[in-house]
Formats: sequence, structure tokens, C-alpha cells
Amino acid sequence: MIQLTQLVKRFGRFTAVDHLTLCVPAGTLYGFLGPNGAGKTTTMRMIAGILRPTGGTVEIGGIETWRQPQAIKAMIGYIPDRPFVYDKLTGAEFLRFVAALYGQEGAAVERRMDELLELFELGPWRDEITGSYSHGMRQKLVIASAFVHRPQLIVVDEPMVGLDPVGARVLKDLFRAFVRRGGTVLMSTHTLEVAELMCDRIAIIARGRIAAEGTMAELRAESASGNESLEDIFLRLTGARPPHALDAVLDA
Amino acid sequence: MREQQRVPLRAPGVWTVLAPKCRGLAAGWLRDGEIGSAVLFTALALGFWGIVFGAAWRVLHYLSGLELGVLLAQKILDAMLVGFASILVLSNLIAALSTFFLARDLDLLVAAPLNWFQLYLSKLAETAVHASWMIVLVALPVFAAYGVAFHGGVLFLPVALAGLLPFLVLPAVVGSALMLILVNVFPARRTRDLLGVVAIAAAGGLVLLVRVIRPELLFQPGGLSQITSSLEALRVPAGPFLPTRWLSDMLMNWLGRVADPLPVVLLYTTAAAFVIMGGWLHARLFRSGYSMAREGAERFGANAVGSRMAVALLRRVPTARREFLLKDLRLFFRDPTQWGQLILVVLLVAVYVINVRSLPIFSHGRAPLFLVTLIVFLNLGLSGFVLAAIAARFVFPAISLEGRQMWLLRSAPVDARALFQSKYWMTAIPLALLGAAITLVTDLMLHASAFMLVVSIGTIVCFTLAATALALTFGTYYPRFGNENAAQIPTSFGGVAFMMSAVSLLGLIITIEAVPVAGYLRARQFGDTFGLSPSVAAALAGVLALCVVTTVGSLRLGVRRMEELEP
Repeated sequence: MIQLTQLVKRFGRFTAVDHLTLCVPAGTLYGFLGPNGAGKTTTMRMIAGILRPTGGTVEIGGIETWRQPQAIKAMIGYIPDRPFVYDKLTGAEFLRFVAALYGQEGAAVERRMDELLELFELGPWRDEITGSYSHGMRQKLVIASAFVHRPQLIVVDEPMVGLDPVGARVLKDLFRAFVRRGGTVLMSTHTLEVAELMCDRIAIIARGRIAAEGTMAELRAESASGNESLEDIFLRLTGARPPHALDAVLDA
Repeated sequence: MREQQRVPLRAPGVWTVLAPKCRGLAAGWLRDGEIGSAVLFTALALGFWGIVFGAAWRVLHYLSGLELGVLLAQKILDAMLVGFASILVLSNLIAALSTFFLARDLDLLVAAPLNWFQLYLSKLAETAVHASWMIVLVALPVFAAYGVAFHGGVLFLPVALAGLLPFLVLPAVVGSALMLILVNVFPARRTRDLLGVVAIAAAGGLVLLVRVIRPELLFQPGGLSQITSSLEALRVPAGPFLPTRWLSDMLMNWLGRVADPLPVVLLYTTAAAFVIMGGWLHARLFRSGYSMAREGAERFGANAVGSRMAVALLRRVPTARREFLLKDLRLFFRDPTQWGQLILVVLLVAVYVINVRSLPIFSHGRAPLFLVTLIVFLNLGLSGFVLAAIAARFVFPAISLEGRQMWLLRSAPVDARALFQSKYWMTAIPLALLGAAITLVTDLMLHASAFMLVVSIGTIVCFTLAATALALTFGTYYPRFGNENAAQIPTSFGGVAFMMSAVSLLGLIITIEAVPVAGYLRARQFGDTFGLSPSVAAALAGVLALCVVTTVGSLRLGVRRMEELEP
């Protein structure tokens, strides 16, 4: 579904994504892990067509995104890491606006909106301006908006942040059900338990490059002991060290 | 808990609070101001100041040769300062709502162990800067003209600025205090109702002020002696207890070599006393007002009449474009900071029309053709300036306001060109209609000839379309994503650069049109028939070409930039 080839993104002299190559098969829930600043969000924004790559290509369904951006974007539902929505629009108005951006309107959209709002328990808030929503409610609204136009691919950056346990459960079930119906999800997350539990395949990115890629079993097989947890694999591959100077900092 | 080594605490000061904003502003200017932009900006700044300075100097130089010239110059200064003060009070009142009660940094500051007076001073400074920068931009070249015309020497401008400082503090204190009281009086965060009260009060105040000053006396038809007596009769509220009088006394004392420290002392001590009183009020009312401002969300029903009407009116527009327009309209009318500024604009236009209506040529028979044509021509320039200011305030921030939501527009299958053009036409058409309406109404009041009517309306529409394209394009090249208040976006490098570009374009148009207008006046004076001579046709075609090139060129650059924009 997604093919990234030698993808590069530079911001001035800083290289955020460095010749990254990755293939996300259709019908999978794909985990995209990495420490802060590794290049996950930049990569996902390039896939969603928000950022233009400095080099390399992004192909969705065999079509290069910067050649036919509108056709590609119509297939994707993008959920950013921070749920910025228009503060002065109501939840229903926001969803109607997003549907219109994808060229959809009418009774079918209204029904779809109601279903999605009910799914995320936002029904009673549909006619309240989003400025009065909590962070978690905005997150739910943005997730609902990504599904309003019935996409084939969901690109989602840190979806669990701010969600209550019920919302998180709904989201997990929604993603699994979406994949069962042939959809594809590319999800970045820092919650390793969620990735381990939910994802069919996982890629770990460090300093803009892929450090490891495969199913959980394949990732474990690459380790010396063969039974490392995802957390251990992540720490080893990204070169992160567990904090050991806590006392020194707190006692200073 | 283990005994910890305590770090000595230092109480945060005003600078601690203001530093991030100042650094952010400076960083924004430095980032935006690359060398090419800096050169352009400098040229525009010099051009703008040159025009204002030149116009002011011509009048003052003429007055300096008259017997009562100094007195008349002071009368004009008094009138100007009263106008400044009234705009400043209203502008500070509106700015205070954002800075004291709606700003995003307030939760952090209120939760921090910050001295209430430090918080007051820092927010007061922020309010004053946002509300006063445009006045300072205009006042500087006028003060410089006073200094040159009346031989004030090189120190006059620094002296004038030193006098202007406490003069700016006073309306900031008054505006902030009024807003503090209003927020406490109004129960649960009904900012729109609150701004309605502000609008009515301000409208009443301004109309009263204009009728007291009666600036139309400046245009009394008749000879120089009548103008002189009219100026003397200007009823500017210039009593000894008004800060406007203290500042004008301070400046005229310097120009007249009179050593009188009283106005300076009065200005500074009053400003200091006002700040202390404002701080006292703040200490008593801010916490309750701030808490009330956070209580209860504003509710806007989806069934609101205005919203349904807009939906009905736009039902034939294609889906994406219609929802985009509806979204922009909803955001505009539901944002009190936009409302506040709109009130200011409507008031200024109303005062302007009232002034034109009160001109003696309207009420006392016909004035000489020369005077009427001159005023109609000046009217064109003034309307153009007002429209450029409106474009700076409402069109320039259009792209910046998408800011944090740009992810949505960029990830959706929407053509950037269509999006940009939608923004352009949504703002250009109402602005052009407003410009044409102001010009038509004021020209009819002035009994302008058919020729002047057609030329001025055609010019204002062409200029508005060009200025709107310029504003949108400057806003796309110098966006301020994440800015919390739309009213603050035009204070950026790009906003000021746009304003100067628009004023320069207006100056150029008026200069070119001076040719046909002068020809028209000559023909009418000598009883000749005024036809479309080659020079007149060339001048009018030149203005049209200038506006078309500016509009099309700006829009093309804007679309290109929009496609490249990486939020």
C-alpha cells in the first residue's frame, strides 16, 4: 500500500529523514516506532502530502504522491499528533467541513457523522464549539474526521495521547476492524505495549533511518536471546540508555 | 522527603514575563527579514514616512510664514492628538480583552508565583504596544515635520518621543481598567455582548468628540482670512487638564524656546499615578474577572439564523468551496477579537462619513469647483488608506489563521490554488463594495461631478482588488502560524511591509491620476470641453494597468507560495 524509497527530508542543514526505505503491505496494521526526534512525524507528514520530500519517493497504491496529490489524498485519512481543530466550529460543523474537503455532502454524510460522534461518545457535544472540548475530546473528533470520508489508508501519529480508557479501547477495536475489512493503518506510537499487542508488523526508526523492521517474531529472532520484549529491542536498537542519574538530579 | 539543597529564589520581574514575547517578535522579524526583504522594507518605510512627512511639512511650512502660524500649528496638533487619544482608548480597550483575559499564556502566568503588579505591568506594556504601534508610525513623521518647519533642531524628535511615551501609557491604563470593570460586570463570559456595549459607548463618544471638534471648519469656503478664523475657532477640547494639551504644550514650548517644565512633569506624574491606580484596580478585580472570563463556554447553536441564511445563500456553490466559505464566515463572526476590530473600523468609517456630511459645502450652497475637486481627490486617498488598513487587519492574517489547522487542508484533496482564490474573492468583493459605497456616498455628499465620481469609484475598486491581492500574498509569504490573536498578526514584519506597499501603490495611483484631474480642472476653469485626450487616456490606462499587474502578479506569487508552504 505504501512504498517509501530512499526518502529524504532536510530542514536547512538538519536531515530529519535520511534515505529511508519502507514497504507497508495493504491490509496490515503497521507500527512505526522511534525515539523523540527520530523522524517519525516528518515521514508521516510526507506520506500524508503535507511536506514535500527533499529526495526519494512516496508511493501509495503504486502512484507517486507528488505526481497525483489529489487522487492520493482522497484515499488517506490523516490523524496528526496534536489535535488542532478550528476552535469556533462545533463538532458537527467540523466533521461536515472535513467531509466537504473530500467532496462529500448530503444525508449520507450526516448519518456518517452521527455514527462517528456516537462511537466516540461525542453525540451530546455535537453542537458545542470545539473550543470548549477537552484535549481527549478533540483527539476523538480528529480521529472521527479521518474516517468520515471512508479512506483506504489511515496514517495516524500518536493516537492514544489524551484518550480515556474507553476511547483508547474504541480506537484499538476500530483500527483492527478497519484492517479486517481490507484497510491499512500506519501508526506511530510511543506506547510499546499497544504496538506489541496490535501491530502486524513494526518498523523502528532512529536518526531518520530504519533500524529494524518485521513482525514481532522476526524482531525477537534478531536478538541474541530470542525472547526480548519490544521495550528491550527498542532500547537496544535506538541506543537509548535507561536513566541512572535520577537521584543525582532530584537531590541537586 | 529527603532534605534538598535549596536553590536561592529570585522574584520574577516584568522582563521575565515580557522576554519570551519580545524574543519571539524579534526572532520573527529577523527570520522574515532576509536581506532582500530588509531592503524592500527599508525602501517602503522611507517612502511611507516621506509621503506623510512631505504632506505635513507643506502645511506647516506654509503656516510658519503666517502671523498666527504657531498658534494654528498648535491647534492642528491639539486636534491630531485628541484624535489619536480617542483611537488609542478604544484600541487599548479591545486589545486589553485579549492580553488580560483571553491570551494563551495567562494560565501559566496566573499559576506562577508572580507578583500581581508585575503581571499588570507586563500585560499593560503588551496592550500598549499592540494598540499603539500604528499611531506611532504615523506620529513620527508628523512630529519630524513640526521639528523641521519650526526649526526644533535635531533633538526635537527624541523630545517628542519622550513626550509620546507617557501619552501612550495613559490610554493603555484607561482602556485596560475599563475592560477590567466590564469583564467583572458582565456575568458569564458573554464577550460578544460585552463588545456590543463597548461599540455603543465608543460610537457615542466618538460622534460627540467629532461634533465638539468640528473639523469641517477647516474646509470653510472662502479666503485665507476665513480659514485662519476657522482654525482659531476649532473647538478642540484643549483644557489645561487634558494630557493632549500637555503634550502639545511640551512640543510647542520646545519649538518656541520656552523653558516650562510643567507639561513634562504633568505628563510623567499623571502617567505614573494612573499606572499605580490601574495596578490597584487590577489587584482588586483581576482575579475575579479572570475567573469569570474562564467560566462557561460560549454556545453557538448549529441552528443559528445567520448560519442557516449563509448556508441557503451559498447552496449553489460547489461543496468544498461552500464549506470553506462557511467555515471562514463562522470563524470570523464567532471570534470576539475580530468583532472588536470590526467595530473600530465601522466607527472610523462612520465618523469619516459624518465629517464629510458636515462640510460647509454640503450645508451652505455650492463651493468653488477647485475646492470640491480637491476634496474629492483627497477623499479618494483617504478611502484608499482606510481600505488598506482594513486589508492589513482582515486579509493579511487570513493564511496565518489557518495555521495550526493547515495539516487538515494540506492532507485533504483540495487544490491550493482554489483555496487561495476562495480566500481572495471572499475578502476582495466585500472590500471593493465597501470602498465603492464609501466613495459613492461621500462623493454624492460633496456634489462631485460625474467625471470625478466615475474616476474615483473606478480607482477605488481597482485599488481595493490590488491591495487585497497584495495583503493575501504578503500574508502567505510571512505567515504567523500559531498566533493567538488575529489582531496581533499585522504587527509582524510582513504586515508592516504590506501596509507600506499598499500606501506606496496608492501614492503612485494618485500621482498618475493628478494628470487627468488637473486637465479636467483647467478645462472647467476656462470653460473648455473636457475630452478623453491622449494624456488623460494614458494616465487612466496606466492606473488600470498598474492595478491589474499588481493583482495578477500578487495572486500568482501567492498561489505559488501557498503550494510550497510547509506548515
